[in-house]
Amino acid sequence: METVISIRPLIAVLASLLVIPLLAASKRSPNLREAWTLAAAVLKFLVVASMLPLVLGGAQFAYTIAPVLPGYPIQLRVDALGILFALVSSSLWMVTSLYSIGYMRGLQEHAQTRYYCFFALSLSATVGVAFSANLLTLYLFYEILSLSTYPLVTHHQDSAARSSGRKYLFFILGTSICMVLPAMIFIANKTGTLEFASQGIAAGRIEPQTTTILVLLFIFGFAKAAIMPFHAWLPAAMVAPTPVSALLHAVAVVKVGVFCIIRVLTNIFGTELLTDLGMSTLICTIAACTVLVSSMIALSQDGLKRRLAFSTIGQLSYIVLGVALLSQSGMVGGMLHIAMHAFGKITLFFCAGAIFVGAGVKNISQMTGIGKRMPFTMTAFFIGSLSVIGLPPCGGFISKWHLVIGTVEAGQFVMLAVLLFSSLLNAAYFLPIVYRAFFCRPEESLFTGPVDEAPTWCLVPPLLTAALSIVLFFYPQPFLQLAQQAVRGILGG
Amino acid sequence: MPSGVEAHLPALVVAVPLCAALLITASWWFGRKLSFPIAVAASLASLAAAITLLLRVLAHGVIEYRLGGWPPPFGIAYRIDHLNGLILAAVALVSFLNLAACRTAAEQEFQEKTGAFYALYLLFITGLFGILITGDAFNLFVLLEIASLTGYALIGLGPGRASLSGLNYVFMGTIGASFYLLGVGCLYVITGSLNMADIASILPSISSANMVVLAFVLCLIGLFVKMALFPLHGWLPNAYTYAPPLVGSLVAPLTTKVMIYAMIRITLTVFTFDFAFKQTGLSGPILWLAVLAIFFGSLMALAQQRLKKMLTFIVVAEVGYMVGGFWLGNKAGMSGAVLHIVNDAAMTLCVFLAAAAIASRIRDDRLSSLGGLFRSMPVSMAALTVGGLSLIGVPPTCGFFSKWYLISGGISAGRYGFVAALIFSSLVNVVLFFRVFEAGYFEPLPDDHADRFERSGQPGGTGIVTEAPLDMIVPLAATAVLLILLGIFSGKIVTGIIHHALPAVVG
Repeated sequence: METVISIRPLIAVLASLLVIPLLAASKRSPNLREAWTLAAAVLKFLVVASMLPLVLGGAQFAYTIAPVLPGYPIQLRVDALGILFALVSSSLWMVTSLYSIGYMRGLQEHAQTRYYCFFALSLSATVGVAFSANLLTLYLFYEILSLSTYPLVTHHQDSAARSSGRKYLFFILGTSICMVLPAMIFIANKTGTLEFASQGIAAGRIEPQTTTILVLLFIFGFAKAAIMPFHAWLPAAMVAPTPVSALLHAVAVVKVGVFCIIRVLTNIFGTELLTDLGMSTLICTIAACTVLVSSMIALSQDGLKRRLAFSTIGQLSYIVLGVALLSQSGMVGGMLHIAMHAFGKITLFFCAGAIFVGAGVKNISQMTGIGKRMPFTMTAFFIGSLSVIGLPPCGGFISKWHLVIGTVEAGQFVMLAVLLFSSLLNAAYFLPIVYRAFFCRPEESLFTGPVDEAPTWCLVPPLLTAALSIVLFFYPQPFLQLAQQAVRGILGG
Repeated sequence: MPSGVEAHLPALVVAVPLCAALLITASWWFGRKLSFPIAVAASLASLAAAITLLLRVLAHGVIEYRLGGWPPPFGIAYRIDHLNGLILAAVALVSFLNLAACRTAAEQEFQEKTGAFYALYLLFITGLFGILITGDAFNLFVLLEIASLTGYALIGLGPGRASLSGLNYVFMGTIGASFYLLGVGCLYVITGSLNMADIASILPSISSANMVVLAFVLCLIGLFVKMALFPLHGWLPNAYTYAPPLVGSLVAPLTTKVMIYAMIRITLTVFTFDFAFKQTGLSGPILWLAVLAIFFGSLMALAQQRLKKMLTFIVVAEVGYMVGGFWLGNKAGMSGAVLHIVNDAAMTLCVFLAAAAIASRIRDDRLSSLGGLFRSMPVSMAALTVGGLSLIGVPPTCGFFSKWYLISGGISAGRYGFVAALIFSSLVNVVLFFRVFEAGYFEPLPDDHADRFERSGQPGGTGIVTEAPLDMIVPLAATAVLLILLGIFSGKIVTGIIHHALPAVVG
């Protein structure tokens, strides 16, 4: 595999970091500030996209930032899986920035400059995670992301924000310090390296029982993936402004969690080692439990964002389940779901925010008949939910299809049943919302003020991502190709 | 061979601040304005000397210097190798940064005693430099006393409970120094020499091993009191809390670290690694003390309502890091301990200086009074944030990397209790610092500013909190940047300097 030494990965990471002083300086002129954010987002996306052709051709980009520890430098590397994630994040940042403008101005939120600054920092960290070449770099960007999202989650600075912030820190920082850090140093001690290799680095150097413990430490330690029981931070984080919830919790933060798990499972431990130890069933079971429990909890939630949060928890475990199947289609399905779920879920969150800005409602019970007054929003919501449920003509169908085939390939028929049953549950907690919005008569008392369609800035992004979801069904590139390439590199052809 | 001034750099490192202290005392009669420039000039000269010495050690190896040309074992020898060269540079830098922050705040705090403050400051760092650079066991005691006595006086300069806490420190510190003196006395009786290298060559031939062990234990106990290792830490929290803020930011980063250096020096150079680790069997019990220190310090810090006192208990826990790392006895652990000496000096300076900056505007440092500080004192709080993240151990700040080596050493040695203590301490630090961040971020500014600022010394007393004066902010910001730089260059520091400092027998 050809390796190109280039500064482009570093530029992709730094594009949003370097814009922060400019954002802070343009505090007085909001339009200039928003322009800087959009410029940085476009730049980031273009740099990432520029690396795509070579990566699709089989090459890798590499760049060493700093040799901080002997044998464990801070290093970037762009391969198929990394660029898949980076493309998703950077493209959706552009859309979310547009949405943020409409949302934050529509609600006249305070401290907008601080918001945009930490948002930019979080995106830097996300792309940093995507492009990490070794576990130390991954851990560094993971921690930076945890800290940079804290001011975003606690943006409203009230008591609800404070207690959610504490939960956020407790689960995310607590698990990474208690579980990931010692596990990482242990592996470094025993193997002398932390670099991601296609068949892992642990084989033959660590005893089986210890390996099992380490795998579990990583799966639960990367609590951003919200594997139960370390999931409680995600519903709590819904106190954040909706654009924060949308990008970070449906796309960036949680996807960082599952991305890290995928990296560790495939590039630190390796599929062969996991198969030899029979860990596939264990990890699949853990993921399956999360899928089922979260879907059932989602049914009981009245707050729209909370329902979406529990839905996300379930979907993330789909990704982990897919990769843990260790079969070709399963892994492709899991990786592809990173992209498909992202586009679908962000549409749903955008709609939730639009409903809040346009109608002032947060609860599903208050959304009866809202479809008449906010038709575009609810249509986008419908398409988004189709994608998350996994029905054609939306992109989510492609990834779910691969997951289903993957369970058959791996002979895990219990998991097949879990997938199908949870899809039914997904439909059960999404479709009634749409049905009631369009086909039921609202009680007039529910809408105290005028309900208009959401402002344009809040309406265009969800329609855009909904349209993309449909486009991805017909043409799931480059994501499908990248996922297949990544899996080929791991499983060896 | 260097000639002229360069040849006498080892002596100048100690002599320049000493003479400058006397000069300040003399010049105080002529004009108050001279004290600060003299002090800064002396500190800068020492810093330049320390860096030059370190570079020379890296290029040419160990530097031996004899005071007055007298050959050992009769004369006092100064010896600079990789270990003390590195720590010397670190201590010089930390003391300089802190001094730079003193310009307006010291005048405000001490008024007529400002001259005394600067003189004592320089005498204190003279003592520290001497401890670091000397190759003579008794000379170490002399300089230990210089540093301690000036330390007591500096702490006693504070208002209110400072004198009582200082007195407590005097009692415990003197007891500790006496233990050390007893230990050196034993060594003199057994070997007839006071020069460290000389003693080391004579000790293996001593038949009565019990006396040697006794001397070792006495020295260690004395130093443990001085470095505030649990359970001999009782003097530290009050002494550092009630000291004036700028004294706190001088003694907290430096005193305990230099004492830990002294322990390392005595153990590795005088008694040698094999004796200390293989024959005495002390490493196990001392490691347990270190673990207890970490747990105790962290838990006590959680119980505190005041920022400064919380920080002092963090210092107690950090001592456990370094002592434990050293007594693990393996390369990673010892490297971590030495690296942590440098890192912790910087981190502690950062947080204590930030606390001093906050104290210059707000008299009450209870956590509940810190409301809205992120908005009113952004630079100070940013520096406190970086310092806090470093103490938590978030990359790329330096605290993460020394923790890496310490945990690595713990895993290699199979001492999972130590690893658990380190992880526990990181988690506690998360809670501690996020409590402070929450206070500064969430709570709005309290309405009654008046009684918080009645003695703030601000002319006119507008009651609105503003950022600390510029000459405090600049060193503070520089320290925060230093934390990140130290982090990025950790690998180079360890492989380039620290690994050369450890004896070859360390596995």
